[in-house]
Amino acid sequence: MSGPATEAFALDDTDRKLLRALAEDATQSSGALGRRFGLSQPATWRRIKRMEQAGVLAGRRLDLDLKRLGFGVTVFLGIRLATKGRASLEEFERAVSAIPEVQTIEHILGVYDYRLRVAARDLPDFERVLRRRVMTLPGVGSVDANVMLSEERLPGPL
Amino acid sequence: MLDDADRRILRQYQADPAASSAQLAERAGLTPATCWRRLERMQAQGIIRGVRGVIDWRALGYTVEVSLRITLDKSAPRAFDDFAAGARKIPEVLEIQTFLGQVDARLGIIARDVEHYQEIYREKILTLPHITDIDALMHVARVKFDEQVPL
Repeated sequence: MSGPATEAFALDDTDRKLLRALAEDATQSSGALGRRFGLSQPATWRRIKRMEQAGVLAGRRLDLDLKRLGFGVTVFLGIRLATKGRASLEEFERAVSAIPEVQTIEHILGVYDYRLRVAARDLPDFERVLRRRVMTLPGVGSVDANVMLSEERLPGPL
Repeated sequence: MLDDADRRILRQYQADPAASSAQLAERAGLTPATCWRRLERMQAQGIIRGVRGVIDWRALGYTVEVSLRITLDKSAPRAFDDFAAGARKIPEVLEIQTFLGQVDARLGIIARDVEHYQEIYREKILTLPHITDIDALMHVARVKFDEQVPL
């Protein structure tokens, strides 16, 4: 997900259908997908392989019901660094990557430098993560928190 | 409701969502039959919701990714619902989240380039109902994106 964008991969309608189906459920076999979209198993397999090799299909993600696993609270943190040399970015990224409760880290431009997604058991647990782990990160200036109430993920322009 | 063996399976599965049930059994130190039964149970209970394919939109030519943080006019009784219904119709919107905090909602959107982003922003985002304020965060890089949790 880094580096300059090279030649964009061109999808046809069948690729789009396959991609959409795999984004929903990546465990489907090429045989089952082929039957669904009127393709042979080898043709389906080749299309999926091609999208994997081009990096379009970048991997898989296990979708867990976090509430059922005891993670009742998701908080987005906007972090501004106090100092912004290259060394301080790298040091911050290394340290923040080691916090187990931090699910995603994005380097951004705007009112913040980093955006973190944090999963916590409840608000007191979130407060513990914030005070002991986040506020003590090297170079942290200000931190803004927004507690997530709902989330929807959409398939995107396919 | 989850015991140590379940957690071991989920830890291995999170780390490698392409692993087979037999591979997970071996890594979690369980027999294949036990592991398979537990996976089935956690799926039936809705703890495991599925395995999703991850699309790299950059590889498809979407080079711009922006978080729009939006404040809504809460005096309108259906502000959230109307706003979300409109946002759902924009193909370039990948995520809609609502919050308790300074920001009411966030849209994660992608665009082919800055010009395309401008077009989406002016024609599709600014026309959404009940917006009182928007600020934009441009994504530079993803440092971590696997969404794993400590189990």
